[in-house]
Amino acid sequence: MYKIIAKRLLAPNIYLMDVAAPRVAKAANPGQFVIVKMDEKGERIPLTICDYDKTAGTVTIVFQTVGCSTKKMALMEAGDNFSDFVGPLGQPSELVEEDLEALKKKNIMFVAGGVGAAPVYPQVKWLHEHGIDADAIVGCKSKDYLLLEKEMKLVTGNLYVATDDGSYGYKGFVTDLLKDLIEKEGKKYDLVVAIGPMIMMKFIAQLTKNYGIKTIVSMNPVMVDGTGMCGGCRLTVGGVTKFACVDGPEFDGHLVDFDEAMRRSTQYQTEEGRVEIERQKKAEGHVCNLGLGE
Amino acid sequence: METKKRVPVKEQAPEIRRSNFDEVCLGYSESEAVAEAERCLHCKKPMCVTQCPVSINIPEFIEHVKNSEFEEAARVIAESSSLPAVCGRVCPQESQCEELCVLGKKGDAVAIGKLERFVADWSRENNIDLSQTLPKNGRKVAVIGAGPSGLSCAGDLAKLGYDVTIFEALHKAGGVLVYGIPEFRLPKDTVVQHEVDNVKALGVKIETNVIIGRTVTLDELMHQEGFEAVFIGSGAGLPMFMNIPGENSNGVFSANEFLTRNNLMKAFKEGYDTPIRAGKKVAVVGGGNVAMDAARTALRLGAEVHIVYRRSQAELPARAEEVHHAIEEGIIFDLLCNPVEILADEKGWVKGIKCIRMELGEPDASGRRRPVEIPGSEFVIDVDTVIMSLGTSPNPLISSTTPGLESNRKGCLIAEEETGETTLDGVFAGGDAVTGAATVILAMGAGKKAARAIDDYLKK
Repeated sequence: MYKIIAKRLLAPNIYLMDVAAPRVAKAANPGQFVIVKMDEKGERIPLTICDYDKTAGTVTIVFQTVGCSTKKMALMEAGDNFSDFVGPLGQPSELVEEDLEALKKKNIMFVAGGVGAAPVYPQVKWLHEHGIDADAIVGCKSKDYLLLEKEMKLVTGNLYVATDDGSYGYKGFVTDLLKDLIEKEGKKYDLVVAIGPMIMMKFIAQLTKNYGIKTIVSMNPVMVDGTGMCGGCRLTVGGVTKFACVDGPEFDGHLVDFDEAMRRSTQYQTEEGRVEIERQKKAEGHVCNLGLGE
Repeated sequence: METKKRVPVKEQAPEIRRSNFDEVCLGYSESEAVAEAERCLHCKKPMCVTQCPVSINIPEFIEHVKNSEFEEAARVIAESSSLPAVCGRVCPQESQCEELCVLGKKGDAVAIGKLERFVADWSRENNIDLSQTLPKNGRKVAVIGAGPSGLSCAGDLAKLGYDVTIFEALHKAGGVLVYGIPEFRLPKDTVVQHEVDNVKALGVKIETNVIIGRTVTLDELMHQEGFEAVFIGSGAGLPMFMNIPGENSNGVFSANEFLTRNNLMKAFKEGYDTPIRAGKKVAVVGGGNVAMDAARTALRLGAEVHIVYRRSQAELPARAEEVHHAIEEGIIFDLLCNPVEILADEKGWVKGIKCIRMELGEPDASGRRRPVEIPGSEFVIDVDTVIMSLGTSPNPLISSTTPGLESNRKGCLIAEEETGETTLDGVFAGGDAVTGAATVILAMGAGKKAARAIDDYLKK
């Protein structure tokens, strides 16, 4: 059993939990993920590691309620237990393995969309701890949905916020903001790391390809075991089939077949589920201009 | 004449069982078991024992069954096997213990597997305690993987007094016994869980949710956590795909994914959260036991199911009993045809599988006649789901994170056949991780041999 040590509501329907999992905390690196299972009858859900405390033996996860399982998960409180919490899974971020001196010479930009701010955080934090202050763009619907702003400010060089409705920071999408920074403000980046909904990562990768900026994306396909034994999470990268859970989750964004990946992620959407997601979106006033949910 | 025919075993009728996940074979009653045991000739030189990978004293346990001494029979089996209720069900007895049974020359071999199963089920139902061990010696051994080889190795070491911990990547122990083989062949909550509990009753600890190579490395187990020897029984769980066009379409699954969703995650049961999609018309590609399991599972989920296999029925690698059951249940066999492309609709969902007809040519290295394409014979089977069951290979995670641990070109760990010794001192391996995908009983045999070798190694 894996006890929830703390729970916090970060934004409407977005929760943070610190979970006691000493072995996972000890081995965790930025870029990796865990799989959680609530109880005997629950399904296995992959979640990117948002933070970890090796001394306290805790791992932080952030999730948004999108379906039946995450809604049930949101009802769990500090003191409750996950029956299973396994990880760290996947390859650590390439940044962790790169030569530090070479890394220091690079201008790095992180782009986070929605709940993607959570998995961006440990990477930016890791760089900050190693003397590198990367820039970051965080995009969300409106001010209420902005995650971890205070924490991010402490570890980034420049933090830019974009909201769909302009209620805070830049009005517009993260892609427009990145374009403006490069074209209007003359910012130069050697590397972009984008984490968020697949559609956002796709458009960021398209944009950076024009500028010839290397771009890493963190893929989030449907998973079951997360250890390479089923291939449910397979995707095409540079024409070759890869398993996101063992070969990734991070890949070269210019090589990923996003259309296939997005199509595959709808495989288990039921008719009821699709209706429910639409209903939620309407209730929250989110108008998706990027083609999601079509 | 009556000595020639074995006592038949009751089974669920095909037209009923094809829509449920209950066990197909209902097993012997006490009187049926005794009657079948009476057929055994109690040979002076029993060939059956030599053919059993864990060398169960078969004539002795059968003699006890004959005398209705079922508890004594269970004790005889327990000396050699930790998973008799499993092996009695899933071993390919026809090519092992029953193959050289003297009675088999003129009639039916003694139903050794069904008798083993009867004894194991009887001892479970009567709560027989088989957990005697030697005094604890306080020395720690780690076992990686809670499948048949790991459970068997751990059980044997615990009986010798070792302090054994099994590390398992999934949330449940059992390996292929829980995620691969379906309920209708091997019930999970009763049979498998009970055999795992028996291994625990010997004092073996099982830590689930630990992935060696990620959560903790093999080196850390040996140098930081005080394990003096390690047995790797991590299996062969990596699925193969055909690399044909359309294989990433929606509705194409590996048999591992399909079976894991259904068996481990219990997607077929009301109240469980994991979804499964079998569609209306399914093609299962492959001809092994896993293909039969996937096909019969899809059938029970309500689909029309086709097995697509490139050779003929005679070359099917699956057990004859499984093929027979599949045919009885209404699985359609499309033999001598091989997929060349998976066709998808405009939304990316599978709408058909394009195959080419094959004929059998000269025998290949495996001795089986090689399938050869008949040019221009392509045709399409309309299906909405494809399940790829082409075999599996070992996961490279442990070897790639353990310096000095060598594997061969196929990704199988290099280990001595008799002892399981790897290229790393104190590290032993066995089962599918060494041989590639094989059988439950061969994995158990390898676990047993390695337990003996680990005992020798630690006594040195």
